[in-house]
Amino acid sequence: MIDIPTAIRISFRALKKNKMRSALTMLGIIIGVGAVIAMLSIGMGASKRIAEQISSIGSNLIMVLPGATTSAGVRMGSGTQTTLTIDDAEAIQSECPAVSDVAPIHNGVAQVVYGSQNWSTGVTGTTPGVLAIRDWLLESGRPFTQQDVRNAAKVCLLGRTVVDNLFGEVSPVGHVLRIEKVPFTVIGVLSVKGQSPQGQDQDDSIYVPITTAQKKLFGTQFPGVVRRIMVKARSMEDMENAERQITELLRQRHHISSKQENDFTVRNLTSIMQTAEQSTQVMTLLLAAIASVSLLVGGIGIMNIMLVSVTERTREIGIRMAIGAKTWDIRLQFIIEALTLSLIGGIAGILAGIISSQVISMMAGWSTMVSPYSILLAFCFSGLVGIFFGFFPAYKASLLDPIEALRYE
Amino acid sequence: MPLIETRDICKIYKTGTVEVNALMHVSAIIEAGEFITIMGPSGSGKSTFMNILGCLDTPSSGQYFLEGSNVGNLDRDQRAHIRNKKIGFVFQGFNLLPRTSAIENVELPMLYNGLPSRDRRERASEALKNVGLSGREDSHPGQLSGGQQQRVAIARALVNKAAIILADEPTGNLDTKTSAEVMKLFTRLNEESNITIIVVTHEQDIAAYGRRSIRFLDGHIISDEQTIRI
Repeated sequence: MIDIPTAIRISFRALKKNKMRSALTMLGIIIGVGAVIAMLSIGMGASKRIAEQISSIGSNLIMVLPGATTSAGVRMGSGTQTTLTIDDAEAIQSECPAVSDVAPIHNGVAQVVYGSQNWSTGVTGTTPGVLAIRDWLLESGRPFTQQDVRNAAKVCLLGRTVVDNLFGEVSPVGHVLRIEKVPFTVIGVLSVKGQSPQGQDQDDSIYVPITTAQKKLFGTQFPGVVRRIMVKARSMEDMENAERQITELLRQRHHISSKQENDFTVRNLTSIMQTAEQSTQVMTLLLAAIASVSLLVGGIGIMNIMLVSVTERTREIGIRMAIGAKTWDIRLQFIIEALTLSLIGGIAGILAGIISSQVISMMAGWSTMVSPYSILLAFCFSGLVGIFFGFFPAYKASLLDPIEALRYE
Repeated sequence: MPLIETRDICKIYKTGTVEVNALMHVSAIIEAGEFITIMGPSGSGKSTFMNILGCLDTPSSGQYFLEGSNVGNLDRDQRAHIRNKKIGFVFQGFNLLPRTSAIENVELPMLYNGLPSRDRRERASEALKNVGLSGREDSHPGQLSGGQQQRVAIARALVNKAAIILADEPTGNLDTKTSAEVMKLFTRLNEESNITIIVVTHEQDIAAYGRRSIRFLDGHIISDEQTIRI
């Protein structure tokens, strides 16, 4: 049996004899592998972004919204009813075992002034549980406490964007700013969170105790009413239980008979995001599948050129057989030749794919990600293409009759 | 035990419905160290006989013993192994690999029997020296004369220490002078190294180099006699 290094040397020499032809054949593989890598990188970039966004809104998140009001048969849309209260939130916390944290939300937009700077931003009144729910850490200072909530303390946590606009380089903790002319002491700064899945700047916000928001900032005719309640389930598996428990509890508290519709809505944000992630994964697969068609075409190019090569070298095959090459010696020679073409093409294609994914992310502004896994996949795939499409020509060569082959002109 | 013994070998080619009897009941014994020429007009069956002796082809019936073992019904790979180990071929058209150096052409048979590359190189250059071509190791066939190319082919046939060299019209493409050189080389290899040489030719003066001449006609051996050296 011929040894592999020698077989590789022979195949390199054969390919060098037809440089142009070999290069063009490789181009098919280069384009195929490059396309697969680029498409995978776009898809993986997209799903990575979605995954980041999912974790930025908080994991295992359930949103409870008030129901829609109906006025003369016209339904006003979710959240228009004022049915959720701080008491509901407390009841969810204490009576739903599948729930770990609850944060009622009462928010609005307010003008904020510090020194000579002013800024308009979203002010969210909530309870300490919000930080756990949103997986949000403090950059400096301390969070507000249940005590602060009970006392309607005039303390606030600032998002990074607010800090940048009002304080610049100064550390704001301990300073007093005015929200709608009410003085608030800054007790902490939230760490940077970035954009929400909807594209909002999550760092452009101020958090205050919910009682303070209701009494001092956004007065309401219905004391204790909240705009929504954010809930964190204990785990992914508890999401459904938590939803069911919340629904049962609220129906009971709101005295809703079995025939009536809910006056609130329970939404599972994480599952919505996961659906989005799944759809990007499907898109990734689809893109890669389309790209691999071009790899397939590249493989057919290899087969084509190998068949030509076998015909051209019939006499050489005859000589090799006459002096003792066995069936697999001949097969191996041509398979290795096809493999050399496809693997060199594969490596060049990987480079082309990485470069083009960089170019795509630069030109189109999409986030792309080339994973080592996709490189490995593309490399192995191009090798398989070489073996698969090289086999038939190699098989054909090995079946030649040496006497006929030696006579071939 | 003779080197080669054929018993009742027949070879029938079927082309469509027509059957051609290329060889009919050919029996011959060839001893180690002989120098034989095979003669006959085209279509007489001499090439078919050579192909069978060279294990390139199998007989339709009959037996072929090489060094005592029946090799007439071996499969492709077994025959390839025999060709590699025991038989060296020299062709009319040289059949060297183009654009490949002389020494690599000579190394070729050793690629298929697992010899390490250093040994291959050593033995190939020794074989080239044996045929008087040292110094031309790196020349490509295109840079060599016909006679030199044929000597590279002979070196290639020798390099695996073959017991038999089968030469099919080895001088057909050469002028008289180089023909004589090649035939003298065969004679020397036969006499010095005791290699069995079988040459197919249709030239009477080439046949004169051999010591025994077998004549074919219509698939039969019509004469088998010792020749007188000129």
